[in-house]
Amino acid sequence: MQAYVIRRLLALIPTLIFASLIVFVSMRLIPGDVIDMMLAQNDISTAQDRDAIEAALGLNKPVFMQYFDWIYGVVQGDLGHSLWRNTPVTEQLAESMPITFELGFLALIVALTVALPIGVYSAIRQDTTGDYVTRSFSLLMLAIPGFWLGTLVMVFPSVWWRWSPEIEYVGFFEDPVRNLTHMIVPAILLGLAMSAVTMRMTRTMMLEVMRQDYIRTARAKGLSERMLVVRHGLRNSLIPVVTLIGLQAPLLIGGAVIFEQIFVVPGMGLLLLEAVSQRDYPVISGVFLVVGFGVLLINLLVDLSYGWLDPKVRHQ
Amino acid sequence: MTVATSLLPAPAQHGPWVAFTLRLIREKPLGAIGGALFVLFFFCGLFADVISPYGMNETNLLERLQAPSFSHWFGTDHLGRDVLSRVLVGAQLSMLVGFLAAGLATLVSIVLGVASGYFGGKVDMLIQRFVDAWMIFPDLLLLIAVISVVGAGIPQIVIVLGLLYGIAGSRIVRGSVIGVKENMHTHAARSMGARTMHILIRHILPNIMPVVIVLFTTRVGATILTEAGLSFLGLGIPPPAPTWGGMLSGTGRTYMYLGPWLALAPGLCLTIVVYAINVYGDALRDLLDPRMRGSR
Repeated sequence: MQAYVIRRLLALIPTLIFASLIVFVSMRLIPGDVIDMMLAQNDISTAQDRDAIEAALGLNKPVFMQYFDWIYGVVQGDLGHSLWRNTPVTEQLAESMPITFELGFLALIVALTVALPIGVYSAIRQDTTGDYVTRSFSLLMLAIPGFWLGTLVMVFPSVWWRWSPEIEYVGFFEDPVRNLTHMIVPAILLGLAMSAVTMRMTRTMMLEVMRQDYIRTARAKGLSERMLVVRHGLRNSLIPVVTLIGLQAPLLIGGAVIFEQIFVVPGMGLLLLEAVSQRDYPVISGVFLVVGFGVLLINLLVDLSYGWLDPKVRHQ
Repeated sequence: MTVATSLLPAPAQHGPWVAFTLRLIREKPLGAIGGALFVLFFFCGLFADVISPYGMNETNLLERLQAPSFSHWFGTDHLGRDVLSRVLVGAQLSMLVGFLAAGLATLVSIVLGVASGYFGGKVDMLIQRFVDAWMIFPDLLLLIAVISVVGAGIPQIVIVLGLLYGIAGSRIVRGSVIGVKENMHTHAARSMGARTMHILIRHILPNIMPVVIVLFTTRVGATILTEAGLSFLGLGIPPPAPTWGGMLSGTGRTYMYLGPWLALAPGLCLTIVVYAINVYGDALRDLLDPRMRGSR
């Protein structure tokens, strides 16, 4: 297991290098006229200010030096300063990251509580009406755009019942109840969107596993159907499902951007959108780094969980 | 005897496409319905200028915020513009972006996937680590960031979406290239001294076509959906162009409480188109490439 963990960590290094290059290069694509636009927006246009902004972005050095400077800062936990607020990017991220994390975590819980039971049900009742209904539902959830569902939830209850979801954010530790009443609607919508793919995968894997010889053996020795499904069926279907959850992590964060905007949740998505509208590049690259690192971490945890789910991995 | 033969149905005269469509209708009716719905929207988009009853930006303040009626099937918005006409032109924009971006994405996937899968070794290692790194960033985030740099507009969105999905999809092409590479006919061609380019075009490409077709189909749906999300965030094709995503955001949003029908038509169209193409793509995959069944 230890060797497995070390191997997995080493494999991360090239990915991290490429990821940092992607963030760096995409931020260096900033054409000069954007700096002009920043100056115009602020009603300042002296050459001095221009130099100051170029220096703040580090654009006055050779490109490879800029990269190493930037990496050097990143490794020390310094992501630079916001161009407009003059606060460290890390400070802004520290405020917004836990909020997005909470939203994502709640959504994941919703997704799993919906997807796993329905996926299993759909598989053990294959080709019945229930199976068709749940499968159509999951296909539909794949097609409905999250922002439309969010819009409908905002508009129609308000038109029909004069009720609309909470859109004022309160910190979880200030008032957990109000925080959850705000977060629960976007979390459910995000979770439902995510459940569709997980449901399909659970069903496919369950169908495959339930045809295996060891399931027949277990049934023949008189194991209850419940034990059969949960202990032998579900457990063996979980590896691809867990992998899928790891693969969906970027989707979850991407979806969070939309729902944070609709329900005014001040997480990283809203921070990113704000930074984009102000062209605050240090903040944009900061969000990217954190998100990229978060996704890598989730996938690492997913890989490590194989050891727990599958003894074959553990004993390799 | 002659009577008996004339009673037999005439042998099939149609080409492979018709035969395939008939098989689709017979074996995957739901997929066929999805395909038909998609074609319907495609033609609506193609002829939007001809069939839309009003101009897409024709304002009529006397008829603002009218509920759906015979003269305005989907109602009118806060400027008195006909929602049906706008939705039809929206279909045009969605189809344009969807097809161009999915086409570009498929091309990028083929180039990267074939290079990675066929040549293997260091090339493969380098490309795959890059794809790994690329895939840790959420599509929407990358799009938002890049569009904020290059600016919003149809060409930029098509190129960025094409690259985005192309790089991610190269994995799927690579997988099937590795499978085909070891086929006997590829080995035979190589031992006869065929040039690499010849092998790639005559032996590899035709054999990965099923995967490529399915990839393209699903990408059309994905790019339409992503473009709508981007327009919803105000970063897509700029107004007053009536994109489906854009119609659900911006100023239109504030008037939805007075005219809830404004929230329905664009979202419904988007859902139907994406649902149709997903169902069609699933059916295609089952018919063309049974190995991919259940993946995704």
